[in-house]
Amino acid sequence: MQVAEHETALDVTRELSDFLERRREQIAQRWAEASLFRAVFTVSRDEAVEACKAVVDALAEVARGGRPEDLRAPGFDSVREQLGRMAASRAKAGYTPSQIAGEVAGLREPVTSLLRAEYDDPADPRAQANEIALTILIGTLRLVVMETTVDAGEELIARQRQQLLEVATPVIRLWDGVVAVPLIGTLDSARSQIVMESLLEAIVDQRARYAILDITGVPTVDSLVAQHLMKTVAAARLMGAECIVSGIRPAIAQTIVQLGIDLGTIITRAGLSDALAYALSQQGIVVSPRPAMGGNAR
Amino acid sequence: MHAPFVSATRLSIGSDADLAWVRQQVRQAAAALGFGLVQQTKLVTAVSELARNTLVHGGGGHMEMTPLAEGNRVGLRLSFVDRGPGIRDLELAMTDGYTTGGGLGKGLSGSKRLVAEFAIDSRPGEGTTVTIADWVSGVPSPRAGAS
Repeated sequence: MQVAEHETALDVTRELSDFLERRREQIAQRWAEASLFRAVFTVSRDEAVEACKAVVDALAEVARGGRPEDLRAPGFDSVREQLGRMAASRAKAGYTPSQIAGEVAGLREPVTSLLRAEYDDPADPRAQANEIALTILIGTLRLVVMETTVDAGEELIARQRQQLLEVATPVIRLWDGVVAVPLIGTLDSARSQIVMESLLEAIVDQRARYAILDITGVPTVDSLVAQHLMKTVAAARLMGAECIVSGIRPAIAQTIVQLGIDLGTIITRAGLSDALAYALSQQGIVVSPRPAMGGNAR
Repeated sequence: MHAPFVSATRLSIGSDADLAWVRQQVRQAAAALGFGLVQQTKLVTAVSELARNTLVHGGGGHMEMTPLAEGNRVGLRLSFVDRGPGIRDLELAMTDGYTTGGGLGKGLSGSKRLVAEFAIDSRPGEGTTVTIADWVSGVPSPRAGAS
């Protein structure tokens, strides 16, 4: 056995592969009872059995390749998507990644008992070698499932980040020639770049003379945020529009002053309505309450 | 969330997303300790400046947040640690308007004005540690620098 260790290892994985193919039906039937498959493939038992068979086939192929520890074995490719869907469905049901991993590990037991039944003598070294190879193989399967879970999470985060970029910067036309952008959340450089672009576009499209940047929804105004605001104001000015920064809360105002940022060149107002009133009065538009009609008591 | 912070919390600063996380954690801690809205805003703004310095100039590092209790007053101490190139001329770096990063040059000098205590320790080639502390109610501490 020590003479050609590599040969023996290959023999073992090949033997395991043969076993998996031979017992494909029984293993699939047993796995279909496991919560991992039962809870995911709910339409029919046949569906679950088919899914199990696909996984058994994949494991058999990986074992035949002789590297049961290889996460990247091509044999896994055929079931990666299916495993990902299974993991996602379990995660949606409230299972933690470690619980899902535990369920995958639980798939080993039914196969082990079938494997043991193949040998008359449980102490047979080949039986033990096969069992070890099977353990490694299931361990790799568990890693593959974990990997799909993590990938799915990262993909979701990337998608949401993209959505955030788009969602948070609507440009609103408040009046003829007056546009406003309500800024929300953290103004990192990617976000502020988009704000500037969409505001400048709106200034052109709407032929706006006044642009209001409302920072009510920005929790922290530090020097970088202030700098972004100043750049946006300067760019708008180049296009012939006057910018008004509104929504400056008392705490923010005090902080800006102590920080030593000079916003003196920018027109600022406490609230959005003040900013609109300014923009209107600059254009000579007067908004006044309707003159009281006769008999209108209220 | 209301449980008093008994030990220091360490948050790593390695990306823009970490900056937002650090700001949020400090805001929560400050609110839990009883900081008023204005003080919270000042503290978080200072944190934002200093954490960005750690990221941009120090090449990343971490922030350590320690709740303080002294007699009948409570506060928060925050240390920003990086192993970056360090600051060669501290006096110049603390000057209003001086910048090497294309910013407004208000980060260090401005943060110092926003909090009660401010200490900076930097050695060229070894890194920079900026430590700030603030106390609930905003009475400035007679002692400068906390460590």
